[in-house]
This record gives sequence, C-alpha cells and structure tokens, in this order.
Amino acid sequence: MVRIIGFFVGLFFAVGVLWAFATGAYTVASQGYLKEKTAETEFHRHPAALHLSSDGPFGKFDNRQLQRGYQVYKEVCKACHSLNHVAFRDLAELGYSEAEVKAEAASWTVPGIDPNTGEETTRPGTPTDYFPKPFANDIAARAANHNAIPPDLSLMAKARHEGPAYIHSLLTGFTDPATYKNEDGKSLKQEFPDFQTPPGLYFNPYFANLNLAMPPPLTSDGQVTFKDGTPATVDQMATDVAAFLVWTAEPSLGKRHQTGWPVLGFLLFATVLAFLAKKQVWARARVRRD
Amino acid sequence: MSFPWAQHYQPKAPFMRWLDEKLPLPRLVYNAIGGGYPVPRNLNYAWNFGVLAGFCLVLQIVTGVILAMHYAPNALVAFDSTEHIMRDVNWGWLMRYAHANGASAFFVVVYLHIFRGFFYGSYKAPREMVWLLGVTIFLLMMATAFMGYVLPWGQMSFWGAKVITGLFGAIPFVGEPLQIWLLGGFAPDNAALNRFFSLHFLLPFVIAGVIILHIWALHIPGSSNPTGVEVKSESDTVPFHPYYTAKDGFGLGVFLILYCAFLFFMPNALGHPDNYIPANPMATPAHIVPEWYFWPYYAILRAFTADFFFVPAKLMGVMAMFSSILVWFFLPWLDRSPVRSGHYRPTFRKFFWVLVIDLLVLGYCGGSPAEEPFVMISQIATAYYFLHFLVIIPLVSAFERPEPLPFSITEAVLGSDKKAVLGENTTPAT
Repeated sequence: MVRIIGFFVGLFFAVGVLWAFATGAYTVASQGYLKEKTAETEFHRHPAALHLSSDGPFGKFDNRQLQRGYQVYKEVCKACHSLNHVAFRDLAELGYSEAEVKAEAASWTVPGIDPNTGEETTRPGTPTDYFPKPFANDIAARAANHNAIPPDLSLMAKARHEGPAYIHSLLTGFTDPATYKNEDGKSLKQEFPDFQTPPGLYFNPYFANLNLAMPPPLTSDGQVTFKDGTPATVDQMATDVAAFLVWTAEPSLGKRHQTGWPVLGFLLFATVLAFLAKKQVWARARVRRD
Repeated sequence: MSFPWAQHYQPKAPFMRWLDEKLPLPRLVYNAIGGGYPVPRNLNYAWNFGVLAGFCLVLQIVTGVILAMHYAPNALVAFDSTEHIMRDVNWGWLMRYAHANGASAFFVVVYLHIFRGFFYGSYKAPREMVWLLGVTIFLLMMATAFMGYVLPWGQMSFWGAKVITGLFGAIPFVGEPLQIWLLGGFAPDNAALNRFFSLHFLLPFVIAGVIILHIWALHIPGSSNPTGVEVKSESDTVPFHPYYTAKDGFGLGVFLILYCAFLFFMPNALGHPDNYIPANPMATPAHIVPEWYFWPYYAILRAFTADFFFVPAKLMGVMAMFSSILVWFFLPWLDRSPVRSGHYRPTFRKFFWVLVIDLLVLGYCGGSPAEEPFVMISQIATAYYFLHFLVIIPLVSAFERPEPLPFSITEAVLGSDKKAVLGENTTPAT
C-alpha cells in the first residue's frame, strides 16, 4: 500500500516538475536565448587579484601598511564613511604606543555632553571612544550623497566577495563608459548604445550595476603624504586602505593564524597516536587462533 | 537487551560497587558504548559518523551556550552584539567561528551518516525505528540551523527568514494568518528574532533527547554492518570498547584536523558575505541563498516554476521541498529487498550513485542564482530525486537479483566460517 501511494506521489511531483521544465524550455526556445544579456551581466568585471601580507594560512598584518591605510581612511574615506565597530583603543594593535593612541584619538572630534549644561556638544576623542560617524543620521547621509547612504566600512572586507581585492579594484576602477571594454574586448558603447550613467552617478565596472554614487575618491598620486615616506600612488593608497579594512573587519586574523598552527600540530600528533592505538587494539581481533 | 555473550559489568572498586547498587550509571555507559555492547567486527570507516555527529552536537551546545552569554537577541543590537563577540569578548571570535563552522561540520557528518544508511540499507527491519528517529533528528537539526542563521541579523539572516517563513504563506486558506502568527508580525522583526533565539536554544536539547532514543533503539537489534548479514555468533562481534572506541578516536582526530583547518584558516569560506551587512528590510540582496547544507532542498523548492493544474507553483514547490525529506520516513517500506547491503545489490548500487550525483547537482543549482540553465537542470534533478525514492527503489527491490551473500560476518572477514573460532572474544584481550 505504501508503495502504491508512493508511486503516485512520486509521479505527481516528477510530472509536476517536468511540466515546469517543459514550460521553461518552451520559453527559452521561443526567445532564443538562455539568459537575457544586460550591460550588468556582460560588462561587470571581477576584481583583479590583490596580494596582501595577511593572505593565506601564514598571513599576518604588516603594521606599517595598516598605518598607511589608516591614514588614507582618515584623510579621504572618513569624510563619508563610518567605522562603527572600531574604537581608537584598537589602534594600539597597529603598533602605535599608548601615547600615540591618545594623541591620535584626541585629533578626532567626537560627540559629547557639556558637563555643566547637559547639552550636546563635541569634544576631543579619548582611546575608549569609537570612531565618530560622518553624518548625524541616514537622512543627512542621503541628502549629502545623491540619495545613497555611504556604507559603514568596518566589515567591508568581509561583506563583499573577494573583499580586499574588490575594494582595491573599485577604488582604482573608475573609468569612462564611452571607451570601456570588457575582458573579452567588447566595447560597452557598441554592445549597449543606450547605456548611460545617470547624472550624479559614476561609472565603475567593478560595481555590481556599473554605476555608483561614490565619486572617485583617490584621484591623483600624492593625495596623501605617507608618514613613512612610501610614494603615495593611487594604487598604493588603494592597496593600503584595503589592507587596513581587512584589519578592521577581522582584527583577530593574526592571532587566529598563530593559534591555528599549534592546534593543528597537536591534533596531527594526537591523531597519529590514535591511529597507532587503533592498530594495536585491532591486531588482537585479527589474530587467528586455529 | 544484548547478545547472550555480551560481557557483564563487574565493578571492582568499592566505590563503583556502591554506586552500581544505588545508581547504575556506569553500568549504563558500559552497556551502551563500553565492553558490554557487542558490535559486528567488520564495520568500516563509514560507521564512524554517528559518534562524530554526537561529538558535533556537544561542540555546538558548548560553544552555543557560551555565545548566548554574550549575544543580545534584540533586532536593534543583535548584529552589533555579534561583532562585540568577535572583537571584545576574550576568544569570542574562536567561539563564534567554532559554532558557525561547527554547524557545517555537523551537517557534513550527518549527511555521510545518512548516506551510509542509504547504501547499506541500515533503515531496513529490524532497525526501522532507528531510522525514523534519525530522520526526526535531521528535521530538528534543519530547524535549529535555520533559526541559528537568523540570529546574527545580517542581510542573509533577515531575507532567509523572510523566504522560509514565507513558505507557510503558500498553504491554502490558513497560510497568511499562519505566517503572521509564526513571525509575530508581517515581516521578520524583533518578535521573530526573540522566538527564534528561544527555540534555537531549546531544540538542541530536544535533539539530545531524540539521540538517546535513537541509540536506545539501535541497541535492541545491535549495529548493522557492511555485509548486511545479521550477527549469528560471538565470533561475528567484538566489544565496542576497546575496538570501536579506538577506531572512533582515530576518526575523531581526522575530523578535528579538517574542522580546525576551516576554523582557523578559512572560517568564512562556507558563509555568505552578505551576512556581514546588517539586516535591512528595504534592500533585497541580489541573490538570496541559504547555507550550503540547504541548497538541494532550495533547488527543489525553486524548481516548480509553473502551476500544475489547480496547484499553484509556489505550493507545489513547498510541498515538494518538505516531501523530499518526509519521503525518507517511508524508505523502510518502499525498499522491500531482503538484502540490506548495496554491496550485494548490483542495480540498487548504480542508482545509489546516481542519487549522490543528483543531490550534488541539486546542491550546486540551489546555491546558484535562480536563472537558466540552473533552473532547468534542477527541474530534471528534482524529477529524478522523487522517482528515485518513490518509483525506482520499489521497482528495483522487486525485480533485482542480488549477488550471493556471505554466510556470516566472520566468513566475510576471515574467509571461511569453518576456520573461524567461535568464542575468541569471550574475554577482553589483555
């Protein structure tokens, strides 16, 4: 009985889904293509590979690079982007001394309360403060940015596929749609003559729908003067800020890698012992006594 | 119950004798996973995954209880409290990554455990109840994992919750009120997050309870084995301890190495980047996908793109998705072949591997965007999935001509049963 009912239930679902398949196949056949081609699907570009010292199982942060990236954030990105999950005290992990962290915090203005009147005011930051937000609220952020909210950057390196490479490619990828060609050498203007970047938006093939509200933030070499004397090319600044955002997204990365190796080493040793123990125990069962 | 030749627990220390009179807990353990449980001597490494699944449950409960100490189940702060765990709680990142990757590891070992059962016919009499309880555990695991994924309140948490609870809306007449009642609102919000957290904390202990029943039911007929031939005499078995404790110890080591490689070196490889974006009801992600272990069922859900007579496409998809697991409950009665093990069933064995490939294809399609060619591929694969369990398995079990079985487990291991010495394991080897 179970098998008779089951047989018909099975046929019901199989025929139902094959009916859907037939409908879909008919649509594909009548329109002549599997998937509609759009400017977004044909001309979106995957991020170019980016190599950072934090990559791979042995990766660890390069503090000088993180300090440079922090400088780029402070002098460029922070105008629009918050860093909600990071506090000034965290900067100690970048190799700054306690005094330097205090001075760095004090160079930022954070919201405060006037101790005499209780009114909202501003004050210099202390190491326990979090990085201040550039806009009072979402409405202010939208008003200043062509109706787009600049996203928080704390987790950006983990919140996009191939995060750091994406950040680097996006920052260096602004280009002119009129002359843009994709990896196959096809010209956007020829394939999609109607494609237009709406006013107030900027063309960037690394962005999912090709047009984004952020104007090119890194425009010329030397925009930031690095304290360690590294030449501040656009590529260098983009790489360093990507490295910095890997740290803000995953400050425990170095410790995680450092912890992982001894753990794996111990497990390997223990597993070899377990294997030998298993062999020894089973040797008794295999013995024939006849 | 046990085989007549099972060793008896004999406490030696005075305290253990005293305890055995008052509360025979050590005796229970001895008879469950100690020397008192005779197990077929020919189990291969496919039989390691039950113990590993139990280990994963303990791992998830331990890390989960610690995470719950620091997590705040409130829609306003849930995302931030997760980041607080990652940044400010001592070793919080380790606990959270261990828990998130632990969920994946749990599903890996449970899938292998289930497919072991498929291939070796572990669901067949007299172990139907073991199988039914196992499928129940799997359903509870799926519910627990789904609700756990909602807790960080990222974009995939929110939209995943919206899609899955939206499935209830497909039920005719009562669907919409039921969906609102389940969510405590029109969309996932604080009420939903709070009840998901509460249930996510509760269900693992329910799972632990059903696991006790699962093991209890297993100990009545005893473990199955790769030949599918039942235990006949003492020479067919070895005591669980030390033989299988040693083998499971090695298996646990291999498992932990793989698990820790993910945990320490690619903890986000199995997650989705969108879940590091705070939940935003106003912005739908480009592609809403569940965690990898739900991909095959998600593909089945999305395969039904056309209404079928009077049944709307969405309802078809929802029914098919739930049926795809529920059908496992009927497997002991769908497969009537008296031969258990796929080793001796040439036709069944081929279809088993087709099913494995079918599920991998469904998984790949479920993780891909809902566009062609993935939809059409998943439609073919879905049709095969249902035909496999409901049409092919019953037919194969009726017409297949199995290969000859060994006379006994001992013969399968040692060659000839005549030469095998009965009673060689009466006493634990010293």
